[in-house]
Amino acid sequence: MAVKTLTIDGTLLSAREEQTVLQAARDAGIAIPTLCQLDGLSTVGACRMCLVDIEGTGRLLPACTTRVAEGMVIHTKTERLQSYRRMIVELLFAERNHICAVCVANGACELQDLAIEVGMDHVRFDYLHPECSVDISHKRFGLDHNRCVLCTRCVRACDEVEGAHTWDVAGRGTAARVITDMAQPWGTSETCTSCGKCVQACPTGALFIKGMTVAESRKDRSEIGFLVTAREKKQWVV
Amino acid sequence: MGRLKFATVWLGGCSGCHMSFLDLDEFLFDLAARADVVYSPVGSDIKEYPEGVDVCLIEGAVNNDENLEAAKTVRDRTRLVVSFGDCAVSGNVTALRNTIPDGARMVASRSYLEQADLNPMIPQAEGIVPTLLPLALPVHAVIPVDVYIPGCPPPADRIKAVVQQILEHGTAHLEGRQLKMG
Amino acid sequence: MDLNELIELAEKEILGRKPLRIRICTAAGCLSSGAKAVKQAMDAAVQAAGLGEQMEVSEVGCMRLCCEGPLVAVDPENTLYQRVSGDQAASIVASLNGGGPPSATKGDFSQPFFTRQKAIVLENSGLVEPERIESYLAVGGYQALYKCLRELTPAHVVEEITASGLRGRGGAGYPTGVKWGMVAKMPAERKFVVCNADEGDPGAFMDRSVLESDPHRVLEGMAIAAYAIGASQGYIYVRGEYPLAIRRLETGIRQAKRLGLLGSQIFESSFDFKIDLRIGAGAFVCGEETALIHSIEGQRGVPRPRPPYPAESGLWGCPTLINNVETFANVPAIIREGASWFASIGTEKSKGTKVFALAGKIKNTGLVEVPMGTSLREIVETIGGGAPDGGTIKAVQTGGPSGGCIPASLLDTPVDYESLARLGSIMGSGGMIVMDQTTDMVDVAKFFMEFCMDESCGKCIPCRAGTVQLHRLLSKIGSGQGTSHDLATLESLCEMVKHASLCGLGQSAPNPVLSTLAYFREEYVARLRDHAEGNGRASAAQSAAL
Repeated sequence: MAVKTLTIDGTLLSAREEQTVLQAARDAGIAIPTLCQLDGLSTVGACRMCLVDIEGTGRLLPACTTRVAEGMVIHTKTERLQSYRRMIVELLFAERNHICAVCVANGACELQDLAIEVGMDHVRFDYLHPECSVDISHKRFGLDHNRCVLCTRCVRACDEVEGAHTWDVAGRGTAARVITDMAQPWGTSETCTSCGKCVQACPTGALFIKGMTVAESRKDRSEIGFLVTAREKKQWVV
Repeated sequence: MGRLKFATVWLGGCSGCHMSFLDLDEFLFDLAARADVVYSPVGSDIKEYPEGVDVCLIEGAVNNDENLEAAKTVRDRTRLVVSFGDCAVSGNVTALRNTIPDGARMVASRSYLEQADLNPMIPQAEGIVPTLLPLALPVHAVIPVDVYIPGCPPPADRIKAVVQQILEHGTAHLEGRQLKMG
Repeated sequence: MDLNELIELAEKEILGRKPLRIRICTAAGCLSSGAKAVKQAMDAAVQAAGLGEQMEVSEVGCMRLCCEGPLVAVDPENTLYQRVSGDQAASIVASLNGGGPPSATKGDFSQPFFTRQKAIVLENSGLVEPERIESYLAVGGYQALYKCLRELTPAHVVEEITASGLRGRGGAGYPTGVKWGMVAKMPAERKFVVCNADEGDPGAFMDRSVLESDPHRVLEGMAIAAYAIGASQGYIYVRGEYPLAIRRLETGIRQAKRLGLLGSQIFESSFDFKIDLRIGAGAFVCGEETALIHSIEGQRGVPRPRPPYPAESGLWGCPTLINNVETFANVPAIIREGASWFASIGTEKSKGTKVFALAGKIKNTGLVEVPMGTSLREIVETIGGGAPDGGTIKAVQTGGPSGGCIPASLLDTPVDYESLARLGSIMGSGGMIVMDQTTDMVDVAKFFMEFCMDESCGKCIPCRAGTVQLHRLLSKIGSGQGTSHDLATLESLCEMVKHASLCGLGQSAPNPVLSTLAYFREEYVARLRDHAEGNGRASAAQSAAL
């Protein structure tokens, strides 16, 4: 096992060579905000919340997809990064209809937590107020596009862990939507196994279990990581 | 610092923020000792928004032409404008209609025509019944805002934190969990 | 097939030529102005005059002066006719047969538009018949491939390309030889060569013209690349909006296979190389190499973070060389003439020529190939003939939605990768849109932002949601509703989208805004509501759609 030494926010630390900057930082107790990343799933570097400044690269790189290297000097909390992160969260709030007060995930939402983390006291951009549908055709679960941030955690959980690939993304730009099967009502999907991994993986209230109150709707987002660790390492630990 | 000229206004919201304000309980006495409530739906009986106000908490989204006028008046006559609660900060529930095409007409028709038991009609009285704006907007979309208090409603301790900061420092800024929306 | 047979075919083609040859451009530009009818009329006229023995009518590719099409040229005197119509065909044929002057308008091959150009990529364009491989063989086609397979090792080929100084013509300008060397060094059983023909910038048609006019050149360049890096399969990812290019590529591949110039044991060597087409379905982002790879793999065409670069892990995880059409089109000439010949053209850091598609408010709309380092002024004023109808040039936009607007005051800038980047634009793939004094720069920025907003794949948030907000801000400012606060928001959001987006589309989407702000800021400021009111505080509000 080769070890690399690197500096994150002034702390000299060592990491295994196969680790990403995000993993190395977390092991060292340095928190980097993330949204599309979820332990147990592949990384896609899409949300750009975990962008870090690595000296000498001349550009910002996502901590979740960047491997550690010897001698890296990384800054995770520069003023510039903080301002970008706040803007990204504001863009998400402006993009769909995220109304915490009437959301099933109120108090258990990663987007809401991120807003708090980046110090978002208001959104500086125009709200787009798109017309979004809600799909409650599935027997147990619901999908509310108003609350979706397109992190694709559901898509990856379904494809990589459950192996069903019921979910995917259709359309492009801000009109992109997660879909089930051939963009048909979830309840009519022939590939969905109703396992609910997508619901557990969802960071917001976009995917939810029907009939649950806000207080009951506490997702176990570590379930995916637990399953994958158990499967790959035969370690049944959280 | 002399006595603070303190105001609150209620635009397109449910008044929940004002109810939460009343939950300040005994802190209201402390506030009363240092501030004059010069305009408020829950603290005074003055009809005209006065000049020279130090602080104003605005509850609710800017939903109709009367709200818009009120917001502008507040801005013109107030040193520190505070967006008070999620409707003021983000539009929140009041702005749910914005997702519906032609939302202003649709909500009026839903409320006054479809749901009416007797005498269905959309109330109209030039100069008396305010007209809905095409979109319900957060306060900062129409006037500059100085301080934001998210929450639906903001809990009393959050309001207290802001008012205390204002009393001590002339302005306020919330951080951490105090910024939680919803 | 060996070299003798190749030369035999070429000689047969040359000997078979008739004394008089009428060349008609049948690339998309001239076809759209009626070249097909001219061809039919010309055939009929030759037949009617009974001159079938002395005259041949050839369908060739682009002759560059697209705005004057349909273009017809007559050999051996090399006379050019412009805006030719079918009913003028008989008079042209008659004039060649000793008759009086033809009724068709004569063009002028000696005008600066032609003489100031330097053809490498377009050397055969307008001369060879794109649908006949024999015509390409007659100008020495596939002999560069032969030379590589028989006289050079793969390492030598890579060295030659590296020494030539050729850089990627898709826009970024990465040294081609270095890229080839990286893929060549990868220890993998399967490797791929991919030609990026997903040309999507508004106003750009360089690659289309090359594919329509001289498709074999690109096939030969790809085969040489495949030999150099050790690949046996190639793909051309061509956009579906180019049906003629697709047809000519299909024809070309079929003909090359039949002659043993593609397929198994090419030139009776142990080198196999097959090329397949993949047709794009209209997403601009698929021109980004990782999105293009996903699309070829049959997945949704979205980019992924790099590294790993395709050279290391590309198609199906295999090392993959991706070059643009024009890059491959340079390769046969470099092998034929040598690296030092190529390196003698252009500037110190940008070698060779660059093809531009000149469009917009310009007299001579068309295709232009010039040595790197030629000034923008030479391109737009001398070659392009300046703005039409007595107008004055205000700015030149290079690089499409990823590029920037260069003001007329900087027209003396030499065209090379570094100089354009210094001005906040990019070389890009070669779209060059000229704007005159009537052009509204806020509108231009808005147009390109709308393009990026529509073409964003939606994967990363800065590009997906950022371009929408940028477009709103530009609309607001453009319509006189914006404030200085909006302008500040526009600038900080541009900065974030540029530095935080996942792929080149988002990273470069703010360029048209940033460059117009840099050179034409007064056009933005003049429209701000608070600028007109001269009012500070109250108008700093974002009083939006009220």
